[in-house]
This record gives sequence, structure tokens and C-alpha cells, in this order.
Amino acid sequence: MAKYLLLKHYRGAPAPVNDVPMDQWTPEELSAHEQYMQDFAARLESTGEFVDSQPLSPEGTFVRYDGEGRPPVTDGPFAETKDLIAGWMVIDVETYERALELAGELSAAPGAGGKPVHEWLEVRPFLTACTTITE
Amino acid sequence: MTVDEALLRTLTPAVIGILVRRGADFAAAEDAVQDALVEAVRVWPDVPPRDPKGWLITVAWRKFLDAARAEASRRHREERVDSEPPAVPGGEVDDTLQLYFLCAHTSLTPASAVALTLRAVGGLTTRQIAQAYLVPEATMAQRISRAKRTVSDVRFNQPGDVATVLRVLYLVFNEGYSGDVDLAGEAIRLTRQLAVSIHHEEVAGLLALMLLHHARRPARTGPGGRLVPLAEQDRSLWDTRLIAEGVDVLQAALARDRLGEFQAQAAVAALHADARTAEETDWVQIVEWYDELVRLTDSPVARLNRAVAVGEADGPRAGLAALAELDPALPRHTAVAAYLHEQDGDPVTAARFYAEAARSALSLSERDHLTRQAARLNAQLRR
Repeated sequence: MAKYLLLKHYRGAPAPVNDVPMDQWTPEELSAHEQYMQDFAARLESTGEFVDSQPLSPEGTFVRYDGEGRPPVTDGPFAETKDLIAGWMVIDVETYERALELAGELSAAPGAGGKPVHEWLEVRPFLTACTTITE
Repeated sequence: MTVDEALLRTLTPAVIGILVRRGADFAAAEDAVQDALVEAVRVWPDVPPRDPKGWLITVAWRKFLDAARAEASRRHREERVDSEPPAVPGGEVDDTLQLYFLCAHTSLTPASAVALTLRAVGGLTTRQIAQAYLVPEATMAQRISRAKRTVSDVRFNQPGDVATVLRVLYLVFNEGYSGDVDLAGEAIRLTRQLAVSIHHEEVAGLLALMLLHHARRPARTGPGGRLVPLAEQDRSLWDTRLIAEGVDVLQAALARDRLGEFQAQAAVAALHADARTAEETDWVQIVEWYDELVRLTDSPVARLNRAVAVGEADGPRAGLAALAELDPALPRHTAVAAYLHEQDGDPVTAARFYAEAARSALSLSERDHLTRQAARLNAQLRR
């Protein structure tokens, strides 16, 4: 089994096919979308492939160390930052092909007009712990 | 008194086997025995049993009857459940072996087979297995119950495939150590137990391979979990007792003259274990074993390891020539190229390949190791 991160972007991914901002959706369309996500997670749990799923607030702050005895420097949010992560799902699956298949299903979540969003999701493999026998 | 968990877990497969022979289906028997294990952990500290195994059988059978009655009344129909256990034909050793076969059945995916083996044969709890594989307990519970459904139609006394059992145990061993469960140690325990149940040269080969690798574990990681390559390991940290046992097991297996991939891999590990220093390693013999391994498995990984060994036995140029015949997309191909180029006195190319290999490394410790190699060469080059 291998773990993969399915990353959802607010910004930075190519435009989805059904590209209507969520604030333009009807309440029913929003509910249908949420339901789809919950059902998807529940189904993955039942197949033994679910690890974690978390949404992220779009507002973030950059922080860095500023020297001994000084508080950290904060900056941002930066409106011009290209990449903005909206949330993730972590799955534990048998093959890379299965990871792609599930990402495809997640991307089919319904959006405006009840049609799939066709959102671009980024699939990233986890680095694993080292296997024992490598020599 | 604290509960002897090791004993409990050793008894698990035999008790499941007895319940199955008394007429319980595998899934129900497995559940009942897990319940009995939980009760043992609760009760034994205050009331230690005189006969732990008899206690487990009695309690597990009662749990099974309770569950079966509950199930029957839930269905609103009469179901005759024997409260007097029928006679038990067959031996325990056979039961345990059948359980290995069932849990590694070919209808299961490798991950399901691993989870089911750890629970039903290993006696680990779902929570422990979930922690070891870093997934939520609910996910692991589902993985196990699906696996049990998948094998529900398999007859318990059906002969199984040793090769799939060995693959499962190899996977468990290779997962190493995470969470509070030592999976490598558990894999060794389960393989030892299997070797008692069945005389098979590849079971012995895998056990030897595990013992020989496990012997090096104390030397394999440095401060902060840093990977220490074989050539740089402090060999005084190797566990000589495990090495001696591994070599004995391997020699007995090889004497049967039915070579297989695990015996060949163990032979390589034994040759490494035999060298008091890295320089004393008998690379010529190691190349010969890799030739056998390539012949047996035709595996690209074996060919890659062979290229490394050829580089040590016949010089880096020969190693690079062997490497040139392999697909550059193979995992670790670039890392091997980096190493051979460094041996060949080309630190510029080596540093570039090490950095490239680090970017495509599959594990964190490997990436860190390769980055450190690149950094070391780059620092030398700047001087």
C-alpha cells in the first residue's frame, strides 16, 4: 500500500471544465457537493483506503524566524501568490493507478447545474519510511 | 502479574483453528478469539489461568455461541447451535498452517492479506495494526472485515500456496518498525512459527534472510534515524547470535538442493555478515548469487543489485557496463550510477547523479542519505 495526497487548490491549478465560482452556485448545488464529498470519504473508509481529509481556510500568513529573542516576523497573505491550497485528502491504496482512479472520482463532484466540476486535483505520493531490505 | 501478551498471541492461531474445526466459520471464529483475547488481558492479571490455552478455547467458544445466538435471534429464526463442542479432528500444527494459507489467499490483495495475517495469525489488535500502518483504526477495521468476507467461501482445509504466504511475511518484515509494533520482529516470529508447521526450503530461506537482516538493524541507523550504508556500518553492533542462527537455517535449506529466491537473497546477506570489514566482502561470490537470483526471478531489482556487486568485484567500469544494460527508469538506478561514477573517480558526474537520485527517492531516509552524498562531493569539489 502507498499513501497519496490528493490536493485541491483554490488557485494554481488549471481551470476546471465547469468553472463557476462556488458563491454562484445554488444552495442545493452546494449541498449536493458537500454530500458527494462526505459519501466519497465514507466509501473510502469502507474499502479500507481512507486516511484523512481536511479543508483549509483560504486566509494564511507567512511566518519566519527573525533572530534570537525576537518574535517571528509575519507577512501576507499575499494576493499574488500563485498556489493556494484549499484542502486535501490522504488515501492509502494498492497502486498508483488506483490513486488516479479515486482522484478522478473526487474530481467528478457535482457543481453548478448539478454537472461535475471536473476540477484538477494534484496527486502526490508520500515519501515512505525506509524499507528494511534494500541492499 | 502482567499478561503474557507474547503467549496470548502465540496461542491465537491454534485457538481459531479449534473453533473452526468445531464448526464456527472463520470470520466468526476470528471475532470470538479477538474478544477472548481482550477478556484475557482484562481478567488474567487478577485471576491467572492454570491452563491459558484451555481458558482461551473455553472463553472464545462461549463468545462464539453468544454471538451466534444473538445473530439467530436477530434473524427471528431458530438456529441450532451446538453448545457441546463436537470432537476435534486434526492437529493444531495443521490448523495454524491452514490459517496462514487462508490469510494469504490469492483472492486477497497484498495489503488485505497482510492485515488479516497480522490479526488472525499474529493476534494483533486492529488498533495495533492501524498504528503500524499509519491509517485510522476504522479504515483498518474495514480492510480486515472485507478481507474476511473475501475468504468466507474458502474451505479451511484447502491446501494453500506457500509462495503467497512468504510474500505476505516478506512485506510485513520490510515494513520495519513504526508505531508501537515491531513489524520486523513480528514477521520473524510468524516465519519461525510457519517453519515449525511446514518443512519447505524457501520458508527456511526467508527466515534466514530475515534473521540476517535483522541482525544488522542496530547498525543500520545512526543519530536521528540517519541511514548508515552497509560499508560504513559498525560491524561490532551486528547481532552475532542472529547471524549464526540465520547461517545455520540457510545451510540446512541449501542442503536440500532446491534453490529459490529467498535462499539466494539470504546467501548474499550471509556473505555480507561473514565479512569482518567491508573490504573483506567476497563480492565475486555475491555476483554469483545475484546471477542465480536473476536466473530465478528475472527481476530488474536483482539485476540492479548485481550491477553494484559487479562494480565491487570487477571495478566500477564493469559495474557501469552492467548498469548500462538496464532501464534507467528503475528505482535507485540513478543512485547506483552516482555511486559507481564516484568509485570511478568522477565526482562531478557522481554529485549530479546523487542530487538527481535524491529528488526521485521514494523514502525520506534514502533522500536524506543521497542529498548528504551529493553535498559531501560538492563540498570536496569546492575546495
